[in-house]
Amino acid sequence: MAWTRKDLIAMRDLEAAEILTLIDTADSLQEIATREIKKVPALRGKTIVNLFYEASTRTRTSFEIAGKWLSADVINFSALGSSASKGESLVDTAKNIEAMSPDVVVVRHPASGAAELLARELACSIVNAGDGAHEHPTQALLDLLTIREKKGHFEGLSAAIVGDVAHSRVARSNIHGMRKLGMTVTVAGPPTLIPPFVQELGVKVAYRLEDAIRDVDVIMMLRLQQERMTGGLIPSLREYSHYWGLTLDRLAAHARPDVLIMHPGPVNRGIELSPEVADGPYSVILDQVAKGVAVRMGVLFLLAGSKTGEAA
Amino acid sequence: MALLLRNGRVLDPASRVDAVQDVLVEGGTITRLGPTLAAPAEARVLDVTRKVVCPGFIDMHVHLREPGYEYKETVATGTRAAAAGGFAAVCCMANTHPVNDNRSITDYILAKARSEGVVRVYPIGAVTRGLRGEELAELAELAEAGCVGYSDDGQCVMNARLYRRAMEYTLPFGLPVISHAEDHHLSHGAAMNEGVVSMETGLAGAPPAAEDVMVARDIILAELTGAHVHIAHLSTAGAVRLVRDAKARGVKVTAEVTPHHLVLTEEAVRHYDPNTKMSPPLRTKRDAQALLEALADGTIDCVATDHAPHALAEKEGEYDAAAWGIVGLETAVALLLDRLVRPGLLGLDTLVARLSTDPARLLHLPGGSLAPGAPADITVLDPGLEHTIDPARFRSRSRNTPFGGWTVTGAPVMTIVGGTVVHPESAP
Repeated sequence: MAWTRKDLIAMRDLEAAEILTLIDTADSLQEIATREIKKVPALRGKTIVNLFYEASTRTRTSFEIAGKWLSADVINFSALGSSASKGESLVDTAKNIEAMSPDVVVVRHPASGAAELLARELACSIVNAGDGAHEHPTQALLDLLTIREKKGHFEGLSAAIVGDVAHSRVARSNIHGMRKLGMTVTVAGPPTLIPPFVQELGVKVAYRLEDAIRDVDVIMMLRLQQERMTGGLIPSLREYSHYWGLTLDRLAAHARPDVLIMHPGPVNRGIELSPEVADGPYSVILDQVAKGVAVRMGVLFLLAGSKTGEAA
Repeated sequence: MALLLRNGRVLDPASRVDAVQDVLVEGGTITRLGPTLAAPAEARVLDVTRKVVCPGFIDMHVHLREPGYEYKETVATGTRAAAAGGFAAVCCMANTHPVNDNRSITDYILAKARSEGVVRVYPIGAVTRGLRGEELAELAELAEAGCVGYSDDGQCVMNARLYRRAMEYTLPFGLPVISHAEDHHLSHGAAMNEGVVSMETGLAGAPPAAEDVMVARDIILAELTGAHVHIAHLSTAGAVRLVRDAKARGVKVTAEVTPHHLVLTEEAVRHYDPNTKMSPPLRTKRDAQALLEALADGTIDCVATDHAPHALAEKEGEYDAAAWGIVGLETAVALLLDRLVRPGLLGLDTLVARLSTDPARLLHLPGGSLAPGAPADITVLDPGLEHTIDPARFRSRSRNTPFGGWTVTGAPVMTIVGGTVVHPESAP
């Protein structure tokens, strides 16, 4: 299916065929990572601005590498130490950047809706690299690419998304993506971390880890933000990890032997994942990171690349 | 100068009149109603054939922003917006800067209204100093200065003991205490209603319970004290149920609803337009339906706009950071005529009562009637006038509305205050 959108804002917006186009494109670009000279000319002369209003190592680096391997000029704009910290509004900052004629602006922002706001205000392409608790579509795409590589297909697979679903843009993007591709999804966590009305997205809800992970093909553990305790959402990290930490014992007792353990990172070792699980044979966490570069190459190529040219 | 409104449909809920008649105004007062009245010499005759002549509308919940936020609105611009929207009188909330918590501010607002205003202005005094919810404002002096009610609107007085004392202390003055019912702990951090849309957009939601628990508390305090408590901008089906039950038990509680809570739902928030952000937030279709039923059966006493002007820069960025509220004076009547009266969901007579007679009754204001002897505050409607809402043409200093571009049928076409035509500015 041909890609026609100006922006990538939310998995909710996409049709299944568009998601597969993104994944297939990313898949075809994976081999660039194995070349001795990791460079193709697909985006030569294109300018990509990473506009990050939140701390990020993995995602920003991943977009930067993706752009550079495609020969684009990549500029990183961190809101810290910039005009944004002097009170300039998001829209003003973005319009100033746009005046310098970038082809793509990759934005991460703590406010839900920030990416859609920029997509409406700016003529260039916008990629949502995470907006508040809304969506993080490239994370879902790299998760989906990882799942397909390991399992070979999507239809009929089941996934459990475990932890702080309420505040997770990763969870929202994955729920939409997985559901559209025919997977069943269970979200699990203490009720205070499960957003009300989440069943409307066609997912099941579980309130015990053992129930959530039984017989699923994929377990996606979410990062627990440490500040959740102050909001009265959980009593303590200790109690959370006691009931919701994924350990080898629990896996052995309840999970399928071929289950995939995923995590969007960064992992709180010893809280949501025991180190043995994070580094163990079920874990595909580092595969996810590698797929991240391929997915971002695919996204940037589809949004900014020549509409007729070959990727590599 | 005398005014004769010729051949309009006179609709006066106060005296149960609904007939094609002439209305004669002399010396700022309505003097006669009847078919084909003779025009006194010098009288200005206005033909209002096929238009509806109503008691002047009263908006009991408006933010005029003066003093302190003149960049958003002033008494001059806000009252012109009111006149253009069909309102002959407005009550202005106390969250100015400085707060209207002492008579010098009330005096200032009233002086501005006399010198620059074009419709009647009735200030609402603060319940607590600085709206901080800690100590009572000078409530007796505010009443003496001309305030017609008390409210910390925008804030909820979370301290029930202090609120109880405010209700008791003001009993002798006969003025209502107006509640912005919102439990700040339950609504902490929220930008919209908690529901399907907040879950999908990732915006933090406040549950309807944040409103309901405070409506319940305020009803209980009204029972305890015998005070008249008025609930501002009711927005939930649960709060409707509480008010209905309380009224059935004889509690002195009244309530208002905004046009936006009647015609919009949380679905409008999906694309993060900051002009859909208000407090209380837009709720669900079920809530809007309950509000409409309550407005029709009298559980909700009146419509008020919660006109909340904000500058463009405060309403164009991230949703979380945007200011709360929308302007309403220049869209309210047209929206209600188009979305409620035209499809037959609400009778025109009921709507007119909820915009004139009922707010006058519950605030003890002059007006709200076309009976001879009443002040000549009159609103004229053209139920068939189709037009497109264009914020660029607002008289208000602000443009923050989600209704720009809506095409609606029905509009206020003339506003008369004390016998003077204040809208349109150059009447035919």
